[in-house]
Amino acid sequence: MDGLIRNPLGSPSSMRKAYGEALVELGRARQDVVVLSADVQSSDFSYMFEAVYPERFINVGIAEPALVDVAVGLASSGKVPIANTFAFLFATRALEMVRTHLCFGGANVKLAGAYGGLSDSFDGPTHQTISDFAIFRSLPNMTIVVPADPLAVRKLLPQVAAWKGPVYFRLCRNEVPEVFTDAYEPKIGEGVTLIDGDDATVIACGVMVARAIEAARSLSRQDIRLRVVEMHTIKPIDSDFIVRCAQETGALVTVEEHSIIGGLGGAVAECLAQQYPAPLERIGVNDTFAESGPYLDLLDKYGMSVEAIVAAAQRAMARKQASSSHATSEVY
Amino acid sequence: MTSPSANPVLANAVYPYGTRHTDAMVADLSRRAGEYRTHVLRMVYGRKSGHIGGAFSCAEILTALYFHHLRVDPARPDWSDRDRLVFSKGHACAMLYTVLAHRGFFPVDELPTFRGLDSRLQGHPEPQKTPGVEVAAGPLGHGVAIAAGMALAARMDGSKRRIYAILGDGELNSGVIWEGMMTAAKFALDNLTVIVDYNGVQQTGTTRHVMPTEPIADKWSAFNWHVIEIHGHNVGQILDALDRADEVHGRPVVIIARTTKGKGVSFMENSPAWHGGIPDSAQFEAALAELNEGTRAWTV
Repeated sequence: MDGLIRNPLGSPSSMRKAYGEALVELGRARQDVVVLSADVQSSDFSYMFEAVYPERFINVGIAEPALVDVAVGLASSGKVPIANTFAFLFATRALEMVRTHLCFGGANVKLAGAYGGLSDSFDGPTHQTISDFAIFRSLPNMTIVVPADPLAVRKLLPQVAAWKGPVYFRLCRNEVPEVFTDAYEPKIGEGVTLIDGDDATVIACGVMVARAIEAARSLSRQDIRLRVVEMHTIKPIDSDFIVRCAQETGALVTVEEHSIIGGLGGAVAECLAQQYPAPLERIGVNDTFAESGPYLDLLDKYGMSVEAIVAAAQRAMARKQASSSHATSEVY
Repeated sequence: MTSPSANPVLANAVYPYGTRHTDAMVADLSRRAGEYRTHVLRMVYGRKSGHIGGAFSCAEILTALYFHHLRVDPARPDWSDRDRLVFSKGHACAMLYTVLAHRGFFPVDELPTFRGLDSRLQGHPEPQKTPGVEVAAGPLGHGVAIAAGMALAARMDGSKRRIYAILGDGELNSGVIWEGMMTAAKFALDNLTVIVDYNGVQQTGTTRHVMPTEPIADKWSAFNWHVIEIHGHNVGQILDALDRADEVHGRPVVIIARTTKGKGVSFMENSPAWHGGIPDSAQFEAALAELNEGTRAWTV
């Protein structure tokens, strides 16, 4: 499974360019795909689709509720609309449309959330998105998919389009390390073991997968074997997989570019609490708004550095140790 | 042609699209609209829950659409080239359900299950449960933008199918309505007809008092829509306006249908109290008597 990821990780490459190219490819493969944007196609890179398929591209202007509602009308007429705008706008301004017509009404609309996490770093907290997983995860019938690198975008987008029902596809604005080799074959709903190990499991999504891998490689020099799991599907969460990791490694860390409340960490915590309680440390934005600044520096400052992952893994392992020695002392 | 109302077996027969609007046809559809109000009254009274006022105001509009103008097939509710009706004022769905049932989308004897456990007839429309319901509704304001999406899809498909949306006037308060209006005009969606059931009353007062919308025709016109204004309880005017809308090129069409909230029951008319009010037994009997009398007037 080490064969799924590059060693060392590849040089940074644009996720939105990969997304634009993948949209064009999808448009070529599927005549029923229609792409919409709320006048940010130069940001979300759906302009690449517009350039090739202008008759299947709709710009509704700066009107996110209409963006989703127009997509609903297209979906109810048999199209597969892919709506594009900034991630926070789907999760906040257009949320009622998403809830009522996609999740309740069953409209087969795909939402591509551009500029996810802190990736619109210089534009600041108004444009950053740290609550989208939590918001969308609470909606029945919603599926949440988060690609980790450009190749993952290309592999997952056709699955998103083919998925029955609404999907929120969360994207990063920036150049991100190329993580995967061509052997990577993700499937919506299934976690992927990228590095095996039995001291603790790090479950990561999105661009934080690269940092989780770096943390594991760093700890391996101290003979600590971290298992690294990519959870590209936040909902439906692969709970059997999570429980197996808890049973086999006894300590877990979640890593996401999102608030520690209600996202991947929340999903894993709910799963463990009910099925197999085990020490869990959550890495993410610590219930605060961030600020403007360079992307990688922001990730570091707001708790998502490689060092923070390493420290969280060590804490989780220490708690595992403590609880097992506690259990032992109880017996004797 | 012989009026279908002459034969009780054909009481819910359809006057196919293109049928000439004879006086007999207009009278028959008007009579049916009155009769459908009694179903709505029974549904809401039976469940002690629902919205009568806004359902009564769109009775003629829905009847004219489903029994003449819309090309739909109850045997194939998913027929891809059907005309679409987006019922945006979802709270008035008791009338939509009544009309759909009489049109044959599901049995009329299912109407009393309205808003009950395990019913297909939910408190607000749910497309996956109710045959003939195109989209979810209830939260207001969605109709124009969704219908615009449907109209864009029809154009992409090269289909002649037309898209209709019924809005309340209260829901014109909502911003996404105006987003949808701009979108439909931008793409010159002349396969789209919006009908505003302009009854002038919303939940807590008159629209004039709650959020003034006049001059409403000028507003739609300024947004590059073709505007037709009619009396929304006059079936002849509704039928003619729908035909005229089909002939407009290059612009979406809005029919401002001036209606009366609670139409047909004197003590319910023009009263915000009957937006969601539930009649007691005396009010129920009085309302039923008045509606039956109104229906008989069309039968004579």
